[in-house]
Amino acid sequence: MKALPFVYHGARCFHLDQKNHQAAVAAPVSRPAGRHTATLVPGDGVGPELMGGVREVFKAAGAPVDFEEMFISEVSPNTSADLDTVVESFRRNKVGLKGILTTPTTFKGGVLQTLNMKIRRELDLFANVVCVRSLPGFQTRHNNLDFIIIREQTEGEYSALEHESVPGVIECLKIVTEENSMRIAKFAFDYAMRHNRKKVTAVHKANIMKLGDGLFMRCCEEVSKLYPKIEFETMIIDNCCMQLVSNPYQFDVMVMPNLYGNIVDNLAAGLVGGAGVVPGESYSSSVAVFEQGARHAFAEAVGKDIANPTATLLTSCNMLRHMHLEHHARVIEDTVLKVVKGGKIRTKDMGGHSSTSDFISEVIYCLP
Amino acid sequence: MAANLRTVVGQNIASRARALLQGSSISDLQCLTTQRRSYLSHVASHETRLLAKYGGRNTVTLMTGDGVGPELLSHVQEIFRFAGAPIDFEVVEINASTNTPEDMENALLSVRRNGVALKGNIETKFDDPSFKSMNVALRTQLGLFASIVKCKSIPGLNMRHNDVDCILIRENTEGEYRQLEHENVSGVVESLKIITAKKSKKIARFAFDYAVQNNRKKVTAIHKANIMKLGDGLFLESCREVAKDYPNIEFNDLIIDNASMQMVSRPSQFDVLCMPNLYGNILSNIAAGLVGGSGVAAGSNLGDDYAVFESGTRNSGRTLKGKNIANPTGYLLAGCDMLEYLGHNQHAEMIRESVMTVLSDKQIRTPDMGGSATTLDVVKAIIDDVKPKTLAWKSISEHGAYLQ
Repeated sequence: MKALPFVYHGARCFHLDQKNHQAAVAAPVSRPAGRHTATLVPGDGVGPELMGGVREVFKAAGAPVDFEEMFISEVSPNTSADLDTVVESFRRNKVGLKGILTTPTTFKGGVLQTLNMKIRRELDLFANVVCVRSLPGFQTRHNNLDFIIIREQTEGEYSALEHESVPGVIECLKIVTEENSMRIAKFAFDYAMRHNRKKVTAVHKANIMKLGDGLFMRCCEEVSKLYPKIEFETMIIDNCCMQLVSNPYQFDVMVMPNLYGNIVDNLAAGLVGGAGVVPGESYSSSVAVFEQGARHAFAEAVGKDIANPTATLLTSCNMLRHMHLEHHARVIEDTVLKVVKGGKIRTKDMGGHSSTSDFISEVIYCLP
Repeated sequence: MAANLRTVVGQNIASRARALLQGSSISDLQCLTTQRRSYLSHVASHETRLLAKYGGRNTVTLMTGDGVGPELLSHVQEIFRFAGAPIDFEVVEINASTNTPEDMENALLSVRRNGVALKGNIETKFDDPSFKSMNVALRTQLGLFASIVKCKSIPGLNMRHNDVDCILIRENTEGEYRQLEHENVSGVVESLKIITAKKSKKIARFAFDYAVQNNRKKVTAIHKANIMKLGDGLFLESCREVAKDYPNIEFNDLIIDNASMQMVSRPSQFDVLCMPNLYGNILSNIAAGLVGGSGVAAGSNLGDDYAVFESGTRNSGRTLKGKNIANPTGYLLAGCDMLEYLGHNQHAEMIRESVMTVLSDKQIRTPDMGGSATTLDVVKAIIDDVKPKTLAWKSISEHGAYLQ
């Protein structure tokens, strides 16, 4: 393994097109005076606790964001809000923060589509972005990681088309369309351009699924022609997983179909510290929903005050940045990273003994 | 409940009937639906994957150009940022000194990726015959067939005419600009002007569609068919043919020399003008001069797939470079047009309003408009005007456009 100097250069991932802005404007980052509204779906498991933490931190940092909170859940349908109301709220506010929704694995008849899938389908959230970045000061097997995983999340294996052709034989349809593949490929390259990334890796299994994944790979290739400055390569999913755990430094931006993305997201999250530290976001053309990178509701920790709020806080910073609240985003993000780096206050999953509320109050205490 | 239902159903039927009655001829509707998709309707054009729009934010190419382009465009960026306009700029440095094919290809690719660009003008060295105009190359390669220049008098600005309100629509890709010139025998140069029925009809249809969409009453075709009976004749004939599909829009034609005279003597008679390339160039400059000169007019170039926004008169302002006296209005209004094209109507309206407030009410103007303020003064005044408006941003966004 390369011995990299321990320098915090993760800002590349979060501070968007800073370079462009600085070229034009030398003034400090503006602090718009208006208040913004964002939808908040706390989600299942520890979601509500973590979102409460985000609210506290926002309040302490003076972030001018009002939340429109809606509880929606598949596992407790009695208290759940209507799907249409939630979707309408996301559409109206165009920005939202979302916890993780638990999906039961058993099928009791009815609709195959899960609530998560329905929301994504309704809002057309086709692209999921997970920023995998080592936290400075937090040692894992690989340090100084910094790459982006982009996942198509409306089709592929998640089409919810399954049927029993004859008893004992189930067909599960994986749908790959040119339109969606082109769209996600363009998204990946646009993302790479905007964040000054150098390389895009398309992950596929076209050696087996020659037509389906072949189409995906072809679309990526075609789009890559429009981006001569960005290196493009393809990689087969099994090899990709091996490379990720042995030499993850070779990756920059990765783009992949739905299921592979799901697996790789979680794998990569594991590389830098688990589900509690990786932020993520989902995009449609007009709506952006910010959620944790690795989707794990952590239902067994409800009420125990042990969940790690780092991922949720970093996600909310990305949301602020998306809302043009660069200043507040930077302040909160720097503080969170500082607390993590300080190493005194860490939750159990990071090897510490502190509670969620300890972490939150430490962040609030350290805010400038 | 039942009564409720009835009224709802009743309203539905009534509104449908009204829509049917209002809808003019069927051909009118048909051509609208086929044409509109490509360039006019915001909603439809957003559905294409050509725009780099994610989570409500657009990435837009910014071509810096020559002269005052870079400085004015940086002011535009700054004002956009203060207004919270959801735009990310991808800056492409392109000017007369970066004229290698790679630079050109780079700029073209960037527009192809993002679909929309804001552009400073690139100087064309006319004393060097080997230097092809990069502006023209951009327009032809991106298929930007229509150029629109909006000329409207700014209230409070004391000009010779205060009632100018016309839209100049110009064919952008053929005519005299095909760059087909050769010397047959020494001392005789032939410069070819190409007019095709296809492109003439396309621009005419565009002009009429524009008139319909923006509640304009009249379209005037400008030509010189008395001399160029075949070439300009074809253009005029195409316009006439298209005009038949739009019975609600008045159509007339004027010869270019007469049109120029009318433009400076009685500009209020013009509404929408539809012109071939060179006449369009000249007449838009005249019209821009009427409303305050090259620093005030905004122009847009639209094609089926792409849109490039620039200043209306397409000059680079080389002499003003670095002096902090250039007028940022033109580029700002072009930026507002771009915001509108992308569907961010609230931001466009807000910025435009602030520009007008500063120019008309506060009378902070650059020297070309008779003032004594510097570019930075104007920009600062606009930012100061924009800032408090973002205070009420929440209520605006609640009542404003629902789904962009």
